[in-house]
Amino acid sequence: MNAHPIDMPVSSPHATTSLSVPRVMGIVLLALAPATLFGFWLYGWPAFWLWLFTVAAAAAGEAFCLRLMARPVLPALHDGSAILTGWLLALSLPPWAPWWIGVFGGLFATVLAKQAFGGLGQNLFNPAMVARVALLISFPVQMTAWVAPLPLGSAGAPGLIDGLLVTLKGMPAGLDAVASASLLGFAKTEMSRGVDLFASLAHAPMQPWIGSRPGSLGETAGWLIAAGGLLMMALRVISWHIPLAMLAGIAIPAALLHAVDPARYLDAGTHLMSGGAMLGAFFIATDYVTSPGTPRGQLIFGFGCGVLTFVIRTWAGYPEGVAFAVLLMNSLTPIIDAYVRPRIYGRDRRGVPMVAKRG
Amino acid sequence: MLSAVGSLTVMGVTLGGLLGVASRYLAVEANPIEAEIQAMLPGSQCGQCGFVGCSQAAAALAAGTAPVTLCPPGGRALAQELAHKLGVKADLSGVADDGPKIAQVSEEICIGCCKCIKACPTDAVIGAAKQIHNVIRDACTGCGACVDRCPTEAMALVPIPVSLQYWIWPKPVMAGAAA
Amino acid sequence: MGIFERIFREPRWGVHPDDHKRPAADVPLRRLPTPARVHMPLQQHVGGAARPIVLVGQQVLKGQLIAEPSGNISAPIHAPVSGTVTAIGEVTAPHASGLSFGAITIESDFQERWIELEEVADPFSLSPEEITKRTAAAGIVGLGGATFPSAAKFSLGRRMKVDTLIVNGGECEPYLSADDRMMRDWGDEVVDGVRIVMHAIGAQQALVGIEDNKPEAIDAMRKAAEGFPEVKIRPVPARYPMGSDRQLIITLTGREVPADARAAEVGVLVHNVSTCAAVHQAIRFGRPLVERIVTINGGAVRAPGNVFAPIGTPVQELLDFCGLKEAPARIVMGGPMMGTPLAHGQVPLVKGASGILALDAKEAFVPPAGPCIRCGNCTRACPMGLQPIEMGARIRAGDLDGAEKLHLGDCISCGCCAYVCPSHIPLVQYFNHAKGELWAKERGKLRTEATKRLAAARIERLEREAKEKAEAAARRKAERAAAKAKAAAEAQASPANIEGETA
Repeated sequence: MNAHPIDMPVSSPHATTSLSVPRVMGIVLLALAPATLFGFWLYGWPAFWLWLFTVAAAAAGEAFCLRLMARPVLPALHDGSAILTGWLLALSLPPWAPWWIGVFGGLFATVLAKQAFGGLGQNLFNPAMVARVALLISFPVQMTAWVAPLPLGSAGAPGLIDGLLVTLKGMPAGLDAVASASLLGFAKTEMSRGVDLFASLAHAPMQPWIGSRPGSLGETAGWLIAAGGLLMMALRVISWHIPLAMLAGIAIPAALLHAVDPARYLDAGTHLMSGGAMLGAFFIATDYVTSPGTPRGQLIFGFGCGVLTFVIRTWAGYPEGVAFAVLLMNSLTPIIDAYVRPRIYGRDRRGVPMVAKRG
Repeated sequence: MLSAVGSLTVMGVTLGGLLGVASRYLAVEANPIEAEIQAMLPGSQCGQCGFVGCSQAAAALAAGTAPVTLCPPGGRALAQELAHKLGVKADLSGVADDGPKIAQVSEEICIGCCKCIKACPTDAVIGAAKQIHNVIRDACTGCGACVDRCPTEAMALVPIPVSLQYWIWPKPVMAGAAA
Repeated sequence: MGIFERIFREPRWGVHPDDHKRPAADVPLRRLPTPARVHMPLQQHVGGAARPIVLVGQQVLKGQLIAEPSGNISAPIHAPVSGTVTAIGEVTAPHASGLSFGAITIESDFQERWIELEEVADPFSLSPEEITKRTAAAGIVGLGGATFPSAAKFSLGRRMKVDTLIVNGGECEPYLSADDRMMRDWGDEVVDGVRIVMHAIGAQQALVGIEDNKPEAIDAMRKAAEGFPEVKIRPVPARYPMGSDRQLIITLTGREVPADARAAEVGVLVHNVSTCAAVHQAIRFGRPLVERIVTINGGAVRAPGNVFAPIGTPVQELLDFCGLKEAPARIVMGGPMMGTPLAHGQVPLVKGASGILALDAKEAFVPPAGPCIRCGNCTRACPMGLQPIEMGARIRAGDLDGAEKLHLGDCISCGCCAYVCPSHIPLVQYFNHAKGELWAKERGKLRTEATKRLAAARIERLEREAKEKAEAAARRKAERAAAKAKAAAEAQASPANIEGETA
């Protein structure tokens, strides 16, 4: 009658949640889908092909490592974490980047940044961001070659096969796609030439608020990314702590400094809607594995990510700082987790039993 | 440059000399850890470790010439504590296997010679001459001193039977998962 | 619930599993026909096992004392049916190990002949001490599952001058509805029991906490408590583990019980509703605890519901009474969150068992454990504010002391962490394993100390014996010398000397 041998009884609880790792990852992918589809429409088929190459490379890298370690490949691929890693990386790349950028990044993410640490749950740093930073440092030219949006169906947009050729062979000279700079990069370059924001923003390549502007897939669809984030919160896949803290970490210093010197500092709204702020706050920094587990720890972590992003954007050499900020805070996660613990029932924050009080 | 080298040399020589003098004049006579270890041992002088008594075993432990798992009556708990005290890693594979044991008298063979009673370091065997002896379970440490002494092999060590009170949930086995 | 509330109003602790309480809770209470044979375990409570006082072959009446308590914390055992004692031996215990424990087997004569019962018209004329004594003699223990002898808690409550009695009608475990049924059907008895317990512990008020998923029970209890303003019915949010005493206390009174302290230290005492009803039976009618309501539920049960059954009834008989659709994949005593898997169906029902679950294959399916993705769900779910993820990782690496430093000892094994884990890591088993190992280590330490004491006693004995021997030898020598001297003196034949010696 008892299906289990008596030397290994089944421990309580004899019930379990319907939630599972594949389901969690599935919800995250679902939340990413609208922004991604919008990006495909905006940048055309090359963006789709690059996304496909990146995701496939990430999955292949994961499968290769699992095979190497003689672990079952299919269940691990089934959990969707490698696909998510590749997907997030693809959203942070220039949409018209050559195929080998995606393949190199995807492999780098799963092989070196994830499986080399021991696989799912063991990596210290967010694999997608590690790969993005590796690409940014190794191939700065390709990684900063943004194109102006060229929506599907508009004149001059490459078709399915032409798009594949763009991804495989690089941008053809005759194509009507304008190489351009992202807003943050543009502002930074102009600033370094001594042109202040009043002057530079006047002819900046921006059409804000509808998201149609040069940038990565995840940058241009800021509102859709945020909507996906809200969906994840409503489904209790992530909590509000990290996103809110990170956005506050960017917005508060930005607003303060913009108020002090609008000629030198971009306003908070621009900061929030530019670069990887939204993608980072809702999808990157909230990665379970590399962020703290307690609500207070998550607030510290998120705020740190935000402030570091702002600092790097404003004073460092790179126009965008989300990836660096998240990686820096990832390295602090074990420390935050060690020091910020929930208060135990009946004990104070240091773990000392409370004094009995009546009434 | 020269002054820096010179001052460092002088400092080195002086401090080194001071340390040498201190080590000679402030030397501790006995190893204090030995006494602490002796206090941790059962003190039944059963001799199962191969030493004459617990103090000798403590000395060997302190000197690092004996393994922390030497004391069968102390069992796993003692081995772990000794390892913690001495700052070494205990190889518990030897003690973990068969678990604690206690002595048991085969009533058909016991001739009531009282030899085991005299050998027991904890007075765990009761009985009188020409009467079948018996072991008080709670007092027996499983040291086995009586087993060697019994002329008729009526005394044997048996594992303590697992009862509800002593049963422990096994550690879950995770197959195929990352370490 | 608006989206804002969904995102920001996350509860601080606990989980909300599917409760599966209905339809079993709505089925009227049934009474089990007298079973042919019962096995009455000697250890159905926290503390020392009871000592049998009957002999094999002896005739016993229902409610007759068959085993008396041993030690300060213990409880007596009474015959649940009238009949003949056929064995005093071992039966399989309701325990995950499937090991056996002592029990008295009684063959029923189907007569249901009770012992003579002493009825008390006005329990409130009895002194609290007398009520405590009678409760102890009736073998009443915490029926919610804790099985702590209730009388010991009464004495503690009086000693600590407890002001509030908390009556636990939470019943937060899914599937179970025994307390729900008790409150719906016997609300008056429960309220009377509550008032007797209040009298016994000297509490000024009683707060009856009932989860708001049991509206019928709340109504029934409100009706029963009319006219007794000191008994307050308080609905509480349905959230597991609301029925855990510490969680219920803080929800109802706002008082937080310090770690390593008892509830009485913050002026409250918690008793289950069924325990209060048992006290009512014991004091008003003199009936000892020999029967209880038990929920029979689970996917494999054809007609789930609540059954009033003698304690000691084999579980299989209860399942057969309700009918089985299929062979259960797992039988669990208690609820699904904290219940004990049973080795087979021939395990006796015990005092603390509020439910028997026969789970079908789908319910019993344990998904294979995967790697931890550090989602933190377990930390958020833990009602004690512990970090299951961190403790589990340490135990897995063999660092039990590390887990203890994270206050593993505060874990109440409620199962919230393992329930919410998307990787299905058996966290509770890790904790139970570690608690057992740490306890065994502690026991080993105590044993070494005991050995030391015994060895010292032996050395002292040997020395004493040697000294006594030496003294005896010296005395003999002295006696011999005296005898010699006497002989010599007698040789001189002096009567004065003899007189002096006699004096």
